[in-house]
Amino acid sequence: MNIEKLLEIKKEFEPIVQVRSAIHKNAKLVEGSKYRKQIVVCAGTGCTSSGSKKVLEAIDEGLKREKLEDDILVVKTGCFGLCALGPVVIVYPEGVFYSQVTPEHMDRIIKEHLAGGEVVKELLYEDTVDENGNIKSLQETDFYKKQHRVSLRNCGVIDPEIIEEYIGTNGYQALYKVLTEMNPDQVIELMKASGLRGRGGGGFTTGQKWLFAKSSESDQKYVCCNADEGDPGAFMDRSILEGDPHCIIEAMAIAGYTIGANQGYVYVRAEYPIAVTRLQIAIDQAREAGLLGKDIFGTGFDFDIEIRLGAGAFVCGEETALITSIEGNRGEPRPRPPFPAVRGLFGKPTVLNNVETYSNVPQIVLNGADWFASMGTETSKGTKVFALGGKIKNVGLVEVPMGITLREIVEEIGGGVPNGKKFKAAQTGGPSGGCIPAKNMDVPIDYDNLIKLGSMMGSGGLIVLDEDTCMVDIAKFYLEFTVEESCGKCTPCRIGTKRLYELLEKITSGNGEMEDLDKIEALSAHMQKSSLCALGQTAANPVISTLHHFRDEYEAHIKDKKCPAGVCKDLLEYTIDAEKCIGCTACKRKCPVDAISGEVKQPHVIDQEKCIKCGVCMDTCKFNAISRG
Amino acid sequence: MSDKKTPFSGSPEQEKKLMKVIEDHKDQRGGLMPVLQGAQEIYGYLPLEVQKMVAMGLGISLSEVYGVVTFYSQFSLEPKGKFKVSVCLGTACYVKGADKVLEEVENILEIKAGECTENGLFSIDATRCVGACGLAPVMLVNEDVYGKVTTEEVAGILKKYTDMEA
Repeated sequence: MNIEKLLEIKKEFEPIVQVRSAIHKNAKLVEGSKYRKQIVVCAGTGCTSSGSKKVLEAIDEGLKREKLEDDILVVKTGCFGLCALGPVVIVYPEGVFYSQVTPEHMDRIIKEHLAGGEVVKELLYEDTVDENGNIKSLQETDFYKKQHRVSLRNCGVIDPEIIEEYIGTNGYQALYKVLTEMNPDQVIELMKASGLRGRGGGGFTTGQKWLFAKSSESDQKYVCCNADEGDPGAFMDRSILEGDPHCIIEAMAIAGYTIGANQGYVYVRAEYPIAVTRLQIAIDQAREAGLLGKDIFGTGFDFDIEIRLGAGAFVCGEETALITSIEGNRGEPRPRPPFPAVRGLFGKPTVLNNVETYSNVPQIVLNGADWFASMGTETSKGTKVFALGGKIKNVGLVEVPMGITLREIVEEIGGGVPNGKKFKAAQTGGPSGGCIPAKNMDVPIDYDNLIKLGSMMGSGGLIVLDEDTCMVDIAKFYLEFTVEESCGKCTPCRIGTKRLYELLEKITSGNGEMEDLDKIEALSAHMQKSSLCALGQTAANPVISTLHHFRDEYEAHIKDKKCPAGVCKDLLEYTIDAEKCIGCTACKRKCPVDAISGEVKQPHVIDQEKCIKCGVCMDTCKFNAISRG
Repeated sequence: MSDKKTPFSGSPEQEKKLMKVIEDHKDQRGGLMPVLQGAQEIYGYLPLEVQKMVAMGLGISLSEVYGVVTFYSQFSLEPKGKFKVSVCLGTACYVKGADKVLEEVENILEIKAGECTENGLFSIDATRCVGACGLAPVMLVNEDVYGKVTTEEVAGILKKYTDMEA
């Protein structure tokens, strides 16, 4: 590969790819596409799970039937972000967005829209049609309006399995620029000036990390990519690997040149089969094109990448544990220092960044540090991808400038809490993070503010909790996770998490005492101070943060033996209101343990001794006669 | 877990495949994990007999192999069912009621998560986030993904697979 050839490919593919940038602000079209229309189907994990493969088959058949194969390009992309509305199909150049598409819908779209030229309005995503029936562009919808896509810029735009499409979006030009115009110190200066910080949890300055690894003298160094996204509810790294794998390869090669490494490893969760396959395809293509391997761009720089699969251990997201796991051992962390930049993989200096961090690198090289630093807040530059989940209308992946408020994310982009329920809190940072209560919704989100609120950025999972979520139960949920995932190497984490879990169990089962809260606080402080790695140091965060913001709920469980949200089974009692019950027997028939008795047309009663509190009766009753308290 | 142990029944073909996997990774640094992943794909699980072959093949101690096998949740010492039912217990699924879905699966199959039915047809796993949070709660049967599952739907989903065998 040389630069002339790269630019030639770019020239051919740019017009084809540019047509599809409707989710970007200021998208500009480039003339010269040889296709009349393009039909884009999301083939990410979310949409594949909701049936996008069948939709693709329907497209192939439909296009053949209508003899449109030469005229219309079918593109399989990565994630658009709106996972709850999958499978998602977009038709360009109009940029109209069809959601929850079935194969039957597809037949209509092909016949009426692609062949007939009439958009099938009733199948469009509802937010793209205004009250007068006019079609809005995607950039005008609530979901995309406030988003700013840097990390996700190619997700949902290019076909990740075709390297030429990536090159069509200036792909591999950053690597060329670094190899031919910059020395390693200049790359480090650029990264430092951009203010890029690690997107995986700790938020360490990327340029600084690269400098440490570069300064370590060694015959061999390594570049690693952490794609062991274990935080439950976060899936941005997976989406980037699925939607834009070449940008990770390019960024790792840039890091390799900077620190003086010629071998890279990507450590991916085995639970992400689509991501692994696409990344392998991308690596093979890059090798074939000479963008990985020996003498890249004729500069004498060698670099190659190998994939290593994880095997289901959350602790392997911690850098020293991840390195131990690549070495083929039990994935246990070790004390730092020495940091991996000094002594990492196989004992050699190693740079380890996560997927989202790498995804910013080529853009920073091409657009400059000032461009990147112009986004975000004083201490947190650029954008952050959040995986919006839980009790929210628009579940999916969103990328926003740092400094946006939680309110904007939840109410505007996320479309608010569904079913008229009240927002209670947002959980960020997964098992290492905490909750942001409603009263802090207007605090600008960045690394430092989240820590001040007792939470953390983590990898960017953002789970919305509503009035039906019990905060003690959610803390217990996270502790159950860390108990299971604690590797057992150090005592504060191994035993501390277990004891903390038991205290929460005691409270949710109605046996809690007020002094348990003091014990929780003391134990948490010990774990924070004395655990070996971040897993144990942060394991108590979900408890401390909920106890801080929702102490009244803990006290209700202990003093009143009540669960205000109606979640903790041992504290619940289902009762039938004799006034409202008409004796229809529906609940009696549904009860799995025959705890309900009563004659037809007579009020029924629940035997509290037998009741297992499953709540089926309450869901069944059409007369709101059953209450939970 | 039940006490009774399924007797190991590996075929010569499986062993040949395993030897090939070992050969491929023998000289690779950190090759134990890829070998075990390959071995589990061949046998479906990693009984002691297989671990011994891996240890011999790579020239490392059995305790080292066993240590790695028991550390990672994806490696299984017990055989899995023909149909692996996995219920995602990631946070997004949990707040949407995945725990109730799991309970329903356990009730219907009369086994707990981590166990396998006596006829070897079904096993249940409570898995970590599968990343399909838009479809929460999510349940998988082998590669088939079921999204937005309600407890009422569970029996019907499982019946599809029981019928397949009948």
